[in-house]
Amino acid sequence: MEYQNIFTQIQVRGPLEAGIPLPRGNDERTGKPFFNWLAGWFGNAQIGPIYLGFLGTASLLCGTVWFVITGFNMLASVGWDPIQFIRQLFWVALEPPPAKYGLSPFVPLSEGGWYLIASLFLLASVLLWWVRVYTRARQLELGTHVAWAFAAAIWLFLVLGLFRPILMGSWAEAVPYGIFPHLDWTAALSIRYGNLYYNPFHCLSIVFLYGSVLLFAMHGATILAVTRYGGERELEQITDRGTASERAALFWRWTMGFNATMESVHRWAWWFAVLTPITGGIGILLTGTVVDNWYLWGIKHGIVAPTPIPEAWGTVVDPALGGSGQ
Amino acid sequence: MALLSFERKYRVRGGTLIGGDLFDFWIGPFYLGFFGMTTIFFATLGTALILYGAALGPTWNIWRISIDPPDLSYGLGLAPLADGGLWQIITVCAIGAFCSWALREVEICRKLGIGYHVPFAFGVAIFAYVTLVVIRPFLLGAWGHGFPYGIFSHLDWVSNVGYQYLHFHYNPAHMLAVTFFFTTTLALSLHGGLILSAANPGNTEEFPPKKAEVKVPEYEDTFFRDTIGYSIGTLGIHRLGLVLALNAGFWSAVCIVLSGPFWNQGWPQWWSWWLDLPIWS
Repeated sequence: MEYQNIFTQIQVRGPLEAGIPLPRGNDERTGKPFFNWLAGWFGNAQIGPIYLGFLGTASLLCGTVWFVITGFNMLASVGWDPIQFIRQLFWVALEPPPAKYGLSPFVPLSEGGWYLIASLFLLASVLLWWVRVYTRARQLELGTHVAWAFAAAIWLFLVLGLFRPILMGSWAEAVPYGIFPHLDWTAALSIRYGNLYYNPFHCLSIVFLYGSVLLFAMHGATILAVTRYGGERELEQITDRGTASERAALFWRWTMGFNATMESVHRWAWWFAVLTPITGGIGILLTGTVVDNWYLWGIKHGIVAPTPIPEAWGTVVDPALGGSGQ
Repeated sequence: MALLSFERKYRVRGGTLIGGDLFDFWIGPFYLGFFGMTTIFFATLGTALILYGAALGPTWNIWRISIDPPDLSYGLGLAPLADGGLWQIITVCAIGAFCSWALREVEICRKLGIGYHVPFAFGVAIFAYVTLVVIRPFLLGAWGHGFPYGIFSHLDWVSNVGYQYLHFHYNPAHMLAVTFFFTTTLALSLHGGLILSAANPGNTEEFPPKKAEVKVPEYEDTFFRDTIGYSIGTLGIHRLGLVLALNAGFWSAVCIVLSGPFWNQGWPQWWSWWLDLPIWS
């Protein structure tokens, strides 16, 4: 067991790393870095420094405004009672405006106006953070793969809170802020549109979600298994293949007849992770706009067998087949 | 044939768990081994029985083929083949094939002199599967509580069982599992993106731009410290990824085995213990 490298048994402490020098025009990094023994047990021991800059500061400020507006609305919903706030924390919500206001930006604050204002700050926060991720990568002369992966997640975020509500003609379609309320929203959406499990893009999104978890289990386990040969220094292994890469590749070749390389496994990883929100966003965008009932869609395209009706019931009309369901 | 340029020196005999040199050879890129033989046996039998079950069924439509478990009335007994017996034998074959595959991975690890992390991780997935089709049906007293083998039929099962507990999202173990699934995927995109961005850095910022140099791990650390104030590091990210992924599988197993054997009301009602704590008044 002692060779399985589950945690770092001896923490070697060199000097704190200041980080790669940044080009002219950048701010100073913030915070004095320090070591944390518990963090070093699992990963790097060094915490900090951080680069805040204008984008980071603005993004954190906007995010804080969203968080505070949401929190105070939740607190107001329990009559400003801090005890009840803790008690009902998972139940309270900041809800979007009701459907009667359509896409109007002029909604009374207590009826969803706060939701719209908070959402605007959340949007600004997320977009600023994206620019920050992109800029930080370019300032270090790195590729922008992390930023584009983040953009895939933002696509799903925009579909849920902006694109689909606009296509449906009402902010009421947006997702409420709250633990149980957003889960209620998810279940209600699925039931209203004939069970999202029959939505082929939902199927794809789940496949990529589970596939991502499978890939990270396989990749994380493989690299840990070859750390005794220095396999965790992946960039060195990509540019100058060592025995760690060779053993990792042969493990999968002998197991399933196919192997990735030290670089290509990260392309598999990136695509699986990125396709999860991309396909999921497509599935949500089609729901209610193009397809009104995924179960009936499934029957129409032959992927679902119609619900069997016992003979004793005689002729029964499936309520889903008539009326507004179409 | 099928040998990578560096492969020959790694193809050593030994490291087997059982049977000595028996089946200790390769077929094309595949290592066989004793457990490769048992994998082939279980996988072939199981696949043939699935095809047989599909032939007995009403459709060859790939989306609708389903091998269903027995009716609840059979309890924990054996059912006739066409009435769920096939599902029972296929389940045995699946478990046999999965366990054989894991043990064959152990043998390959021993040949290559690497850690046992992959077969262990696969073991967690096998545990989740066994929880779903053996442990939970056993605790509920009927194989009919197992889930059907079919593309959309297993989705129907998930949907129906979920609504039996009114709203499955309120299952605390399900909440944890979903959080781990999403977090693992987030971490995977960050890790994949970071390695690709360091290995494929694009152009320099100067004008006219030149190809930037491929980066070393110090750049990985700097990028993440600059962005979020902490870089877990080259070793830590693989521990984190594995731990997150295994937790996703583990809590999935917990969330389904709780439903029925240990909680038989709606999951939203489960939370009343929190609302009813004596500390609130």
